[in-house]
Order: sequence, then structure tokens, then C-alpha cells
Amino acid sequence: MITLTLNGEELQLEDNTNIVQLLQKLNLENKRLAVEINQQIVSRSDFNHHILQNQDKVEIVQAIGGGCNNQKY
Amino acid sequence: MANTSTDQKLVIAGTAYTSRLLVGTGKYKDNDETRQALEASGAEIITIAIRRTNIGQNPDEPNLLDALPLEKYTLLPNTAGCYTVEDAVRTCKLARELLGGHKLVKLEVLGDEKTLFPDTIQTLKAAQILVDDGFDVMVYTNDDPLIAKELENIGCVAVMPLAAPIGSGLGIRNPYNILTIIENANVPILVDAGVGTASDAAIAMELGCDGILMNTAIAAAQKPILMASAMKKAIEGGREAYLAGRMPRKRFASASSPIDGTFF
Repeated sequence: MITLTLNGEELQLEDNTNIVQLLQKLNLENKRLAVEINQQIVSRSDFNHHILQNQDKVEIVQAIGGGCNNQKY
Repeated sequence: MANTSTDQKLVIAGTAYTSRLLVGTGKYKDNDETRQALEASGAEIITIAIRRTNIGQNPDEPNLLDALPLEKYTLLPNTAGCYTVEDAVRTCKLARELLGGHKLVKLEVLGDEKTLFPDTIQTLKAAQILVDDGFDVMVYTNDDPLIAKELENIGCVAVMPLAAPIGSGLGIRNPYNILTIIENANVPILVDAGVGTASDAAIAMELGCDGILMNTAIAAAQKPILMASAMKKAIEGGREAYLAGRMPRKRFASASSPIDGTFF
């Protein structure tokens, strides 16, 4: 098992989990989103061979209604 | 009907737009109200925010972007809520990834939670990094003519000084600075933030602004859809008045009926 931080929350995953598998687990496949690991963007074409590592900091983001300037939707 | 055919379109990063009103998509009651307000505003460019996806909570919750006819709009991802160069640059890069290589972004780097004034020093740094990375940067800044010119020199495609603090609805507090920024500029100048009602928007356009970006003035009105329509008309009216050239101000009266031929 590995432990990583996903959007600020701890999450435990099986070893050798890739990003496609993570998104499936979260019911987020086919969603319009972007993934950043340790502040590096991972392009969609790399999702199926990027293996998540212990202690990774993962951010999954999407576009929402907002701005100009409002801090939160 | 007024002849506006002589007006040029608003060109931002090589794309021509008919509407000079850009709107935000936050703070509305629901997605349907947002959609109707955008339609009433006639806006062609709409801002969006980039935020964490909710993990485990309602993954099928309706998302605004699924509720809007996106083919009608140019999306303008913005860095709202960023207080550092790093966060602003990260946000723009994520937006570019999310939107499949999209280059147009709105940069704002805030300096202070009470006023939400831009941190112009950090804004200059972030603008340079983003321009160097190939982004088309529309930048939110203070109403400081020197900073506005420097942002243009860096290569920003539009400079967007505030009229008044974000969400304040106070209207243009320093019209002479805005005028100086416009006179100095070779890129579009759009007022961003601080417009409260239609007359504020008209005044900004009469000064010669190329456009206005607003969110709260529409979303926080009692009837947002009606206010969106009012803003559209105010901006068109203000623009036409600017192009028409107003009469000079005089201190005393000047009769508009001829004096000759009076019989009394």
C-alpha cells in the first residue's frame, strides 16, 4: 500500500496504481479535469503509464463558474 | 437606429469580438440563471475559475460548464484568489491542460484580503513568466498608468485596471488615471472590477475604455438577467458616445433656439 495526499486529504492506494485507475476508483473517468502530481502537470496521454508513488501530492482540478475575482464559487 | 458600423471590433490576441462586455460566471443563484444572464449580456468572453474537484462527494453534481453552450463563448480562465506568483502560474498551466492547450488567461495576483487590491510587483513577475511561456495574458492591475504601461511592455494582450475594489460597486474612483492609461496604451484597456450599475459602465466606456469585465454588478443585482441586459446597453451607449465625441462643457447657458426673428 502507498499513502498519498489527494486534494489535501490522505488516501491509501494499492502499489502500482496509475492515474487512470485512480480516476476510475474516484468515479471521475471521462470528466473534464487536469491532474498535477508534486506540482508537475501530467498530460492526459500519460495517465495510463504514470504510476503513483508513496507520499505523492496529487491535485485533481476542474473548471467551475467563477471570476472575475470572486474568491469562491 | 444608431450607425455603429464604423466602430471597429474589440481585438484581443488576434481574435475580433463584437461585444465589449466580458462577464464572470460566479455568484449566480444557479446554473440556469447564469446561462440566462450570459445570454442577456451578449458577452462573448466569459471567465471561469479552476478549483479542486470534489472527491467522493456528488461526482455527478451538475457542473456549470456542462450547463452552458460553450461553443458560443471564448473561455477566460482566471487566477482569482491567487496571492503568489507560483499559484497564479500553476493555475494558468492547469487551465491550459484542462482546456486542451488554451492560451488566453486572465492573470490576477492579489495582495491584500481586505481590499483585494492587486499586488502589482508580483503581477509583473507572473505576467513575464506567463508571456515567456506562450500565454496570451489579460492582466488585472491597479489604476496606475506606469504599471499598466509596463504590463503592456512585457507583452500582455490586454491591460485591465480596476475601477474600484473588487465587488465594491463604487464605480470609477479615479477617472483621470483610467484616461491616462487609455491614452498611453497600444493594447486594449478594459475596466475590471468595481462597476456597480449601468451608469458606471457607460462612464467607463465614454472615457474610451475598450471594454469592461464584470461579475458582481450583474450577479448581485436584484434581477441579474435584467441587469445583464442593462449593462449591454450601457456599454453600447457609452461606446457610441465616446465615438461621437461629447460637446464641450460650458459654465453658462447657451440657447439652442435662434435669437434672430424673435417678435417680442
